[in-house]
Amino acid sequence: MHSMDKSIIVIGAGTAGMEAAGQLAKEGFNVTLVEKEQDTGGHVKSWFHLFPDRRDSKEVLAYLNTQICRENITLLTGTTVNNLEKKHDSFVMNTSDGNELKADAVVVTTGFDLFRSERKEEYGYGIYDNVITSADLETMFRKGEVKRANGEIPEKIGIVHCVGSRDEKSGNLYCSKLCCVTAVKQAIELKEMIPAAKIFCFYMDIRMGGALYEEMYREAQENYEINFIRGKVSEISEDINNKLIAKVEDTLVGRPLKIGLDMMVLMAGMEMSETGRKIALSSGLKTGDNRFFSPADHHFGSNKSNLSGVFYAGTCTAPMNITDTISHARAVVSDVIDYLKGKSN
Amino acid sequence: MVDFGFSLLKARQINYDHNDRSIAGYIYEREPSFRLCIECGGCSATCTTGNFTRFSLREINILIKRGENEEVRHEIRKCMLCGKCTLVCPRGVNTRNVITLAKEAFQKRGINAI
Repeated sequence: MHSMDKSIIVIGAGTAGMEAAGQLAKEGFNVTLVEKEQDTGGHVKSWFHLFPDRRDSKEVLAYLNTQICRENITLLTGTTVNNLEKKHDSFVMNTSDGNELKADAVVVTTGFDLFRSERKEEYGYGIYDNVITSADLETMFRKGEVKRANGEIPEKIGIVHCVGSRDEKSGNLYCSKLCCVTAVKQAIELKEMIPAAKIFCFYMDIRMGGALYEEMYREAQENYEINFIRGKVSEISEDINNKLIAKVEDTLVGRPLKIGLDMMVLMAGMEMSETGRKIALSSGLKTGDNRFFSPADHHFGSNKSNLSGVFYAGTCTAPMNITDTISHARAVVSDVIDYLKGKSN
Repeated sequence: MVDFGFSLLKARQINYDHNDRSIAGYIYEREPSFRLCIECGGCSATCTTGNFTRFSLREINILIKRGENEEVRHEIRKCMLCGKCTLVCPRGVNTRNVITLAKEAFQKRGINAI
C-alpha cells in the first residue's frame, strides 16, 4: 500500500479530529479535515485551564494546531457534512457548500454537545441571571473576572454536579465523567480568584476516577476549604433580594437543607452532537441507547464502527477527557492502516 | 432479682439476616423502579412533609430495603401523596407508588401503618 494514494476524511476538527488528522498525515495519507465552525479546536477553545494540572487550554490548542500543520492535510472550515454513503469501495459525502468529497476511509470525530441546562427548568438557567453553567464560568475565568449579573463579586457560590447526566428526566442515564473533576477544578479556581468566597459542591456521588483527580479533590478540602454536601439539588429559586435559594437534602445528616447563594454553577453534561446524529441517520452508523456512536467492540474495537471503513475517535463514542481523546485519536490510525492494507491486498 | 440499676441496651446495628425484608420484595415485584434509588435525596429535598416533620422519603426507601419496618410503619402515614418526589427523581423511581405499595404490604400483613 502506498499511503500517498489513499485519502481519508476526518469529520470534525476538535481534539480528536486534529490529532487523528495529524497522525494520519504523518503516515503519508492525504487527509481532508472538515470542520463545521470557522475555527478548529472544538470545545477546548472555550475552556480556560484544564484538569488535573491546570494547564492553560491554549497550550493544547497550540499543540493541536502544530499537528495539523502539514502539506497533506486540507482543512475545510465552515463546512458541514450532510450525509455519508459507501459507494463500492469508497465513501462519498455531500457538504454544506455543495461539494462532493470522496475518500477511501472516514474517521468520524464529531465530538459532543454540551447539555443545554435550560432543559432542567427547576434549576432556573436562563430564568435567574446568577445561575450559570460550567462553560459560562470558564468564559468568566478567561476574562479574568467572575461577577454576578449586577457586577457584584459573588461570595457564596454553589456548584451542582450531574446536570443532564445520570438523569432519567433529561434522558441521559450515563455519567459524563468529567463534571465532578471540573467542579473541583472550578471550585479551586473560584477560591483563588475570590479568596473570601465560600464554595459548596452539591453531589450525588463524587467520581474521581482519573489520574490525579482524587488528589485534587483532597486538595480542595485541605487547602481551599471547599464544602461538599451530599444531595441532589431539587430546585433553585430567587428571593426578593435577588439571592438564589437552593433546596437539597443533606443526605448524610438526613435533613432537608436550604441555602442562600450569590451564584450557582451548573455542571453541564455531555451529549451526542447534533452533527454526529445527522451523520448517523444518513449513513446507518449505529448509535447506542445513550445516543453516542456505538463502537463495534468495547474492548478490541472502540475505534471501529459497524461500517467497514468508517472509524471513530473521541467523544462521539462516549464522554472522554482530553488525555483519553488524544489516545483514542492515535489508536484510530492503526485501525485505518489495517483496513487500507487489507483493501489494497 | 436484685435491681442493680443496670439494663442491657438493645444493639443498634441493623440485623440484616434477622430483619424481615419482605416488604421490599413486595414492592420490587410491583414497582421495579424501586431498585433504582441511589439515595441522592432529591425526593426528600422537595418534599413538603419532610420540610416540617422528620419524614424522609429517601430514608424510608433504604429502611424498607434493610427491613427496618418499625420505623417505616410510623413514618409513611405522613406522606400526602403529592408526587413532587416522583417529578424530581433522577432515576425515574415512582416514589409515590413505593409509598402506596408499602402501605398495602403492611396492611396485607395485618399491620396498619400507624
